[in-house]
Amino acid sequence: MSGLVSRALVKEAVVGPRAGVRARLAAVALAALIFLALYLVLNIRGDWQFAVTRRLLVVGAVVLAAAATGGATVIFQTLTHNHILTPSVIGLDSLYVLMQTLVVFALGAASPAWTDATVHFLLSTALLVLFAGLLYQRLFRSERHNVYVVLLIGLIAGTFFQSVASFLQMILDPNEFLIAQSRLFATFNNVRAPALALAAGALALAALYAAPYFKYLDVLGLGREHAINLGVDYNRVVRRLWLAVILLTAVTTALVGPITFLGLLAVSLARQLLRDYRHATLLLGTFLVGTALLGGGLLLVERLLVFAVPVSVIVNLAGGVYFLYLVLKESQA
Amino acid sequence: MSLDKRNALQLAALAATLLALSLASLFVGVADISPVDALLFRLTPIQKQILAITRVPRLLSAVMAGAALSIAGLIMQQLTRNKFVSPTTAGTMDAARLGVLVALIAFPGATLLQKTAIAFAFALAGTFAFVRIVERIKFKNATFIPLVGLMFGNIVSAVTTSVAYRYDLLQSLVTWLHGDFSMILRGRYEMLYVGVPFILVAYVYADRFTIAGMGDSFATNLGLNYRHVVNVGLVIVAAVSAAVVLTVGSLPFLGLVVPNIVTLYRGDNVKYNILHVALLGAVFVLACDTLGRIIIYPYEVPVGLTMGILGSGLFLLTLLRRNARGAQAA
Repeated sequence: MSGLVSRALVKEAVVGPRAGVRARLAAVALAALIFLALYLVLNIRGDWQFAVTRRLLVVGAVVLAAAATGGATVIFQTLTHNHILTPSVIGLDSLYVLMQTLVVFALGAASPAWTDATVHFLLSTALLVLFAGLLYQRLFRSERHNVYVVLLIGLIAGTFFQSVASFLQMILDPNEFLIAQSRLFATFNNVRAPALALAAGALALAALYAAPYFKYLDVLGLGREHAINLGVDYNRVVRRLWLAVILLTAVTTALVGPITFLGLLAVSLARQLLRDYRHATLLLGTFLVGTALLGGGLLLVERLLVFAVPVSVIVNLAGGVYFLYLVLKESQA
Repeated sequence: MSLDKRNALQLAALAATLLALSLASLFVGVADISPVDALLFRLTPIQKQILAITRVPRLLSAVMAGAALSIAGLIMQQLTRNKFVSPTTAGTMDAARLGVLVALIAFPGATLLQKTAIAFAFALAGTFAFVRIVERIKFKNATFIPLVGLMFGNIVSAVTTSVAYRYDLLQSLVTWLHGDFSMILRGRYEMLYVGVPFILVAYVYADRFTIAGMGDSFATNLGLNYRHVVNVGLVIVAAVSAAVVLTVGSLPFLGLVVPNIVTLYRGDNVKYNILHVALLGAVFVLACDTLGRIIIYPYEVPVGLTMGILGSGLFLLTLLRRNARGAQAA
C-alpha cells in the first residue's frame, strides 16, 4: 500500500497529475469519436441521406444517455457516499421493466402505448417521474432527512416491481414474451425524433438547474459535517442535486430503457483510468467513457454481430472485463 | 426491561410464531388432513404419504431457505460494510443462472436434481473465481469487494443472456428462478441440506465477522486473519444462496431487507443478531408461502409474488413508522 502511494507521489511530482489525466481523457474522447463516426458511415447500402439521418438519431440518443446516466451516477455516488450504487437502486429500472411487461400483458403489443414511440416515451416518463417525485418528496419532507432510509424504501419498491414483473413474465404467452423482451433491454433503435427532442429538452433543463451546484460536489464528497463547516448550504445544495439526479435517470430510462448499469460501469472505469477524484474531471471522464462504451457496443452489435445480442449485453461484457483487467493490472504493478 | 430479558422475549415471540406457522403450513392444502387425527395417530396411509412427500419437505425447505438466505445477507453486508449488498452480489446468482442455462442446453435429458447439481457446481466455481480475483487485487476499501462482485457477475450474466437470447431461453430462466414452493417434493429439494453445515460454520464465525466488519486494519490489529475470515464468509454466502436459488428460486427481500430491518433496530453485532435474523427470515417465508396457498385456494400464488407484495407493504410500514418516530425524537 505504502509503496503504491509513494510511487504515485513520485510520478505526480515528475509528470504532473494534470498532463497524464488530460492525455487519457483525450484518448478516450478519440476512441468515442472514432466508434461513433464508423457507426455512422459503415455498411451503408442505398440512400446515404436516409441512413445517416436515421443513424444520427441513434448517435444523439447515445450521447444523451451517456451524459445523463454518467452524470446522474457520479452525483448520486457522491451524495450517498457509496461507490457501488447507481440511481437505479431506487427502483426506476424495475418500474420500467414492470411497465413494459404490464403493457404487453394487459393491452397487448398492438396498442399505441407499445407501438407509438412518442406515446410510449411520454407514458414512461410520466410514470417514472411520478414515482421518483413521490420518493423525493419523502426524502426532503423533514429537515433531518435520512438518505439511508429513503434508499431502503426505494430498494423495497424496486423489489416489489421486480417480483410482480417476474411473475407476469412467467405467465406471459411465450410469443408475447418475445415481444416484451425487446424492450426489457436498453435499445437505441426505437428512438424517434420527437421523443429524442423532448428528452433532450428535459435533460438540458435538469442539467441547467443543477449546474450552479456542481462546484460544491468536491466538498460534498468530504461528508456532511465537513461540507457545512466549509460553508456549503448543505440542505439546499443536496436537495437540488437530488432532484437533478432523479429527473436525469427517469428521462433517460424512459427514452432508451434500463441502462443504469452503464452509469456504474462508466464511473468505475473512469475512476480506474483517471485516478483523479475531482468531479470536473470525473464527470467529463464518465461521459466520455460511457459514450465510447456505447458507441463501440453499437458498432459491434449492428455492424459485426448483426443484432445477435442486445447492445447493453456487449457493453456490460466488454466494460466488465476491461474493469477487472485494470484492477488486476494495478495490483501486479 | 433489561437487555437480556428483552432479547429472550423477542426470540421467544419469533419462535412461537414460527411454530404456529409451521403447523398451519403442514395442515393447509387440497388434501384434507386434520391436526386432531395427526395427534391421535389416526392418519390413513395416503395422508401419511402426502405429509411425507409434499407437506413436510415444503415446510422444511421454507424454513431452511428463509433462515439461510437471511443469514447469508447479514454476513455479506457485515463483511463488505455496505447495507445495500445482497448475498447474490458476489456473482453467485449469475453463475447459477449460467449453470441452469448449460444444464438446459447441454443436458436436456437430465433429471431435475441432476440439473440442479450442475447449476450448483457452476455457482460454486463462479464464487471461487471471484474469491481468487478478490485475493489478487489490492484492497482499497471495503466497497471494492461488492464492486468487483458486481462487475464479475455482470460479465457472467452477459454471457448467459447472449446465449439464452439466441436460443430463446430467457423466459425459461425467468420461470426456473422465480421463487416457488409448489414444486418442492421429496427427491427434488434435498439440495437445500447442503446449506446447513455452512450455516453452522457461520454461527461459529459470527464474532469474527463482527470484527471483520470493523475494517481490515482494525481486525488485523485485534489478531484476526482478515483475508481468511472474508474468504470463509464469501464461500458460506455463495454455497447457501446457490442452494436456495436453485431449489426454490429467488426470494426477494430475504437477503437484503431482513438483515437491514434487524440491524436497524439492534446494531451490528453478528452473534447478537444471527438468531433473530434466521427466525425472522423463516417466519417471513413461511407466512408468505402459507398465505399464497390460501388466498386463491385450491390454487396457489407463487411465493415470489406474495413475498414481493406482502414484504414490500410490511417493510415499508416498519420503516415509515420508525422514521416518523425518529423524526419526532429529533
